[in-house]
Amino acid sequence: MASGGGHSPIEQFALTTFASFKPFGIDASITNSTVFMVVSVGIICAFLHFAMSNASLVPGRLQSLAEMIYEFVAGTVRDNLDDSKEGMKFLPFVFALFSFVLVANFLGMIPGFFTVTSHIVITAALALLVIATVLLYGFARHGVGFLKLFVPSGVPFWLLPILVPIEIISFVSRPVSLSVRLFANMLAGHIALKIFAGFVGTLLAAGVWKVLSPLPLALTTALTALELLVAFLQAYVFAVLTCVYLSDAVHGAH
Amino acid sequence: MATPNKAAANIVAPANAQPHTGVATVEHGHAATSAFPPFDKSTFGPQLVWLALTFGFLYFMLSRRLLPRVASVVESRAEGIRSDLAEAEHLKVETDTALKAYEQALTTAKTNAAGIAKSQRDQIAAETDRERAAVDAQMAAKVADAEKRIAQSKMTALSAVSGVATDTVGAIVAKLTGQTVSGAEIASAIAAVKAK
Repeated sequence: MASGGGHSPIEQFALTTFASFKPFGIDASITNSTVFMVVSVGIICAFLHFAMSNASLVPGRLQSLAEMIYEFVAGTVRDNLDDSKEGMKFLPFVFALFSFVLVANFLGMIPGFFTVTSHIVITAALALLVIATVLLYGFARHGVGFLKLFVPSGVPFWLLPILVPIEIISFVSRPVSLSVRLFANMLAGHIALKIFAGFVGTLLAAGVWKVLSPLPLALTTALTALELLVAFLQAYVFAVLTCVYLSDAVHGAH
Repeated sequence: MATPNKAAANIVAPANAQPHTGVATVEHGHAATSAFPPFDKSTFGPQLVWLALTFGFLYFMLSRRLLPRVASVVESRAEGIRSDLAEAEHLKVETDTALKAYEQALTTAKTNAAGIAKSQRDQIAAETDRERAAVDAQMAAKVADAEKRIAQSKMTALSAVSGVATDTVGAIVAKLTGQTVSGAEIASAIAAVKAK
């Protein structure tokens, strides 16, 4: 990082406080993360609003894009959660998660922009929100019978002392894997991009070695393409897993 | 919201123990980046508050305003296509029914026409027969009448012949013998000849 002037690959994840703000003793300071959350939500709302503002039976360009995204998420919910009206109740929730993560991921791909989803506290909060929804809806829908989720059916009873703890552990690890998967993907991708992009500058400042500088540049370009794919894929994976977990809440023991 | 903080706190401790984080701290010396930023607990509060606010707003907007609009357009299109297809099906059934009715009517009309033609033909034939019979009867009467008249004429002619014969015989006898023979004698003589 000789030419980087102290730009560490992890500095892009630092939060900068723009305005300290503590109503009722709660720290609600406006940071760069706040800005990008607001911008993400603003983009989603503005896009859907303008795309459907003069909606017609024969869609225009923006409207067909909005409908395409809608059908994509609705199809994910139908396939992974439930086909019925009950399953479609969760469409706004899944759509909100998918669009928020997707737009936040893509915004983060713009150089110099902050990636909201590269912070474990954000991904963990979203994952816990999913699991809390699963638990609350599952118990409200099936009562105590929802606990049968941890008891695999058709298994000899002497195996249950082994299988039930395994089922519980796998259930508890769901929010962990859900949050860490997204966080780690975003974090690692951005660090890798920053490091390889930094190599370009380092090599350019290293005399004869500057002839090698196109190599990390090409790699950075390739990585950017990969990261764009990852940005979409992680949002999709988050939405699909949310649907799969919510499917347990809707269908109960399987 | 106590759970994520606690969980994150557990992650922070080992992360701080890692040597590379320490190096980063030494290298830059910024107070703000003393910890690895994603594990900096002091940033959790504001992030969670703003996530709750923005994500809550997003969920509210999506579920109340934005998605229902998309859903209604998609639904109305699907509904339109469904109703169009149903109407096409309905019209097709109607066409089939009309076609069947037409064919039925055609068959009935043909049968009727055949019936009318047959009855007309029969009527004409009967009329012709009747007329022919009448004409035949008339002709037969005429023929009979004519035959009667012929027979009458024949009789008259024949009786005239016997008168002529009597006169001739009387004239012949008078010429040959010079005697006058009475008509009754001649008639009896002729009758005698005739009887032979």
